[in-house]
Amino acid sequence: MEVTRRTVLAASTIMGFASAAQAQRPEPQPLAPDLVAAAKKDGKIGWYTADDLVLATKVAKAFEAKYGITVQLERSGAERIYQRIAQEYASNISEVDVATTSDVGHTVSWNANGWLTPFIPAEVTKWPAQAIGSNGLYIVDKFTLVTPGYNGRLVKAEDAPKSWNDLLDQKWKNKLVKAHPGYSGAITNETLALSRTLGWEFYEKLAKQGVLQVQSATDPPMRTAQGERAIMADGAENTSNRLIMEGAPLVLIYPPEGVPVVAVGSVVMKRSQRPNAAQLFMHYLVSPECQAINVANGARSFDPSVTEPANWTHLSKIKLLFNDPNDLAKEAEEIKKRYTKIFGV
Amino acid sequence: MSLALNTTRRLRLGHVDLSLIPLGLAGLFLAMLVLLPLGWLLAYTVTDESGALSWTNVVELADTSLFLEPFITTFGIALGVASLACLLAVPLAWLVARTDVPARRLLRGLVMVSFITPPFIGAVAWVLLAAPNSGLLNQYYRGITGAGTFDYLFNIFSAAGIIFVMASYAFPYVFVLAANTLDRMPHDLEEASAILGGGRWHTFRRVTLPMVLPALLAGFIIAFLQAMTQFGTPAILALPAGFHVLTTKIWSLFQFPPKAHLAAACAMPLLLVTIFLLRLEKTLLGRRGYTMVGGKSGSPQLAKLGVWRWPALLLALLLLFVTVLLPNLVLVRASMLRSVSDPWTLETITWANVPLVFGLSNTVGVLKNTLVTGVVSATLGTAFAVLIAYLTARRAVPGHQVLGFLATAPAAIPGIVLGVALFIAYTRPPFQLYGTLWILLLAFLTIEMPPAYQQMQAAFRGLNPELEDASRILGAGRMKSLAKVVAPLLKTSVAATWCFVFIGAIRELSATILLTTSNTKLVSVLIYDLNEGGALGGIAVLGLVLMAVTAVVVLIANRVAHVGVMPDGR
Repeated sequence: MEVTRRTVLAASTIMGFASAAQAQRPEPQPLAPDLVAAAKKDGKIGWYTADDLVLATKVAKAFEAKYGITVQLERSGAERIYQRIAQEYASNISEVDVATTSDVGHTVSWNANGWLTPFIPAEVTKWPAQAIGSNGLYIVDKFTLVTPGYNGRLVKAEDAPKSWNDLLDQKWKNKLVKAHPGYSGAITNETLALSRTLGWEFYEKLAKQGVLQVQSATDPPMRTAQGERAIMADGAENTSNRLIMEGAPLVLIYPPEGVPVVAVGSVVMKRSQRPNAAQLFMHYLVSPECQAINVANGARSFDPSVTEPANWTHLSKIKLLFNDPNDLAKEAEEIKKRYTKIFGV
Repeated sequence: MSLALNTTRRLRLGHVDLSLIPLGLAGLFLAMLVLLPLGWLLAYTVTDESGALSWTNVVELADTSLFLEPFITTFGIALGVASLACLLAVPLAWLVARTDVPARRLLRGLVMVSFITPPFIGAVAWVLLAAPNSGLLNQYYRGITGAGTFDYLFNIFSAAGIIFVMASYAFPYVFVLAANTLDRMPHDLEEASAILGGGRWHTFRRVTLPMVLPALLAGFIIAFLQAMTQFGTPAILALPAGFHVLTTKIWSLFQFPPKAHLAAACAMPLLLVTIFLLRLEKTLLGRRGYTMVGGKSGSPQLAKLGVWRWPALLLALLLLFVTVLLPNLVLVRASMLRSVSDPWTLETITWANVPLVFGLSNTVGVLKNTLVTGVVSATLGTAFAVLIAYLTARRAVPGHQVLGFLATAPAAIPGIVLGVALFIAYTRPPFQLYGTLWILLLAFLTIEMPPAYQQMQAAFRGLNPELEDASRILGAGRMKSLAKVVAPLLKTSVAATWCFVFIGAIRELSATILLTTSNTKLVSVLIYDLNEGGALGGIAVLGLVLMAVTAVVVLIANRVAHVGVMPDGR
């Protein structure tokens, strides 16, 4: 109970002294022994997540098995979830307790609306500093990259593209599959980073390549593994890693121009009807157990106690492109609009 | 429209008939069902975000990429679908209704199977079959011809692909219409032509065709309307190809930040075109009346196909195999594979898709929601249809014409338009229904009311009112007569209507996609979610479960209604 009361106090302090729109960095909370019992009383948690479906399902099942608390899993693209929460809140529906988004710009606008109860589980203070969002509002319980890739059965390694600009080669016309920033937070990250690094001309030329336009960043790796397209113009590295571990003929490319990093952030919503279960779930997301599930399913982790499989390309060998959450919040709408204009859908 | 003038008797208003009260309420409810959402739709079209009167939404329709391009694309696709559906359905209907082709019952039965398959599941099945590279048919094509790695025969992600898939799910409607007309067509006129020396071709051209033509055009219009208003198939097939149709465009306006006013404006032309086409259909079908002047004739002479009997059957079976069975077979195959393009061997077969789908902790809840809304919509919708059909067929209350009009009016509202309208109308007081199953129930009741009402009205027309009169003379009230006399006689029609509404609710996606929340999700929307995530194997599992559940429910409904009585065989 103690934790809960303290959280409530912290929340009311924020309400009282800061404006509701600007929450302050919360004090990291250790996992108190009585939180579990309080969470069990809540009985259930609504988790809206942009994670890969397979990964999210496994995390939900593991949490249910460990605590006997049902996870109502709502899995969709980050941008869809963002829209859904706004729409549900407008109709006074608050089913979501914890939201996990691959577009952490969302945490900025949620905070501006006064929709967040900033909550940081103390476990992440032992992780590198990036594990807490730069605004102190969310935890990065996993991260991934957006990379191109190809089907090794359809394309020989020596013929394969090596860079983003190689994707514009005539020989890949009608052979590309690509995900959409209007759906996927990972792709919103990519579009912001690459439009800055390569310019919008890159996308204008890519649109002329006859891409198969799918929605989720988890879809291009699947379509490429199936052989529906030989090359994926972009895809979530975590899903690709998982498929490769399952034996899919997928090869990833880490372009020298840089690889967009996707921070996957989790937050507790202020209107949560089950705040204890929500907090326990946040603790679970950063537990070594859950981190092991993340990595076993291809996602990268800040948890120093978890080791990545040896065959993954080490981060030190990749030129990483980071986005600031404030930039994402500011520019996402314009990016999606421009993208839709270029690609037609 | 033929009205049975001699068989009705006006209600005597000398004493107060208490049953008028629920009847009045029914009328009011119907009016609200239609007028409230449409009123809001109109209001949103001509106002801006601040609520001030404004034409900006309408003016924005001139933006080509927003409205004109999708509108023209939609129109082209709908024309293609209607033509192809007629091309497939009419010869088949003729074979089944007017020739001695073998296994006519089986052929009719197979067409009915396709009603159970929701079109959006069919669209996913056709992705599995005819995606240019991973599609099975293209894989076989390359295997057989030795064509290059990137050569393909079919590309389902194209306008042609969409037309084909939509036509395979629209042609049963045209088929039913055409087959019914051919079944009922008086053959004496054809015989007269033959006796007077008209050759077979001459008789067909001068006698048969003019009689069938109105029904044909009506079928064409129905297929056109279906293609124009469907959301699922174009969303699954057109968006990956990089273009929009009108329904997907309207839906995209609901993505963040939602533009409900613009969506309302985009929905208006769809509404107007639908109203126009339905008027046209009514005019065409209305003309059919005079061909029936000859009265009832015996069953028509079946054309003898001679040596062509078996080839004709083979051709019909092939058509039904491709459009009905093949997509379902490929779903079974994909449900057991991790990657849908894998070959089907002992090593690749997996059950992984089952825990994936049912590991989503809300899948069972989603199935329950679907079943509950389906059963409740079907039950309430049928009850309502019976009531209104009774009132209008028996002219039991003053103003029954208004009831009849209100019950058929929703036919003019495409699903996605209704979705927009209901969303606007029921996300605000006094009826804040968004986030509950009620809003879905309202949607399904509204969408299914016209066909349900029309079916029940036809049934009532075939029922002699003397039976009720006898019951009422013997002292039973109207409700009792309805329950004890009319209802048992109408069992078969009631069961058919119930199944029709139930299946309609299961198949619906256009309105549903805008109206569900995480707690009120239906299988159709979950399948759409899975498609956006690329989980094709999961869709296969869920689609098969949905169809199996639908089939079982429909069988039970028929069983309960008939208790030993078989439907009339066709």
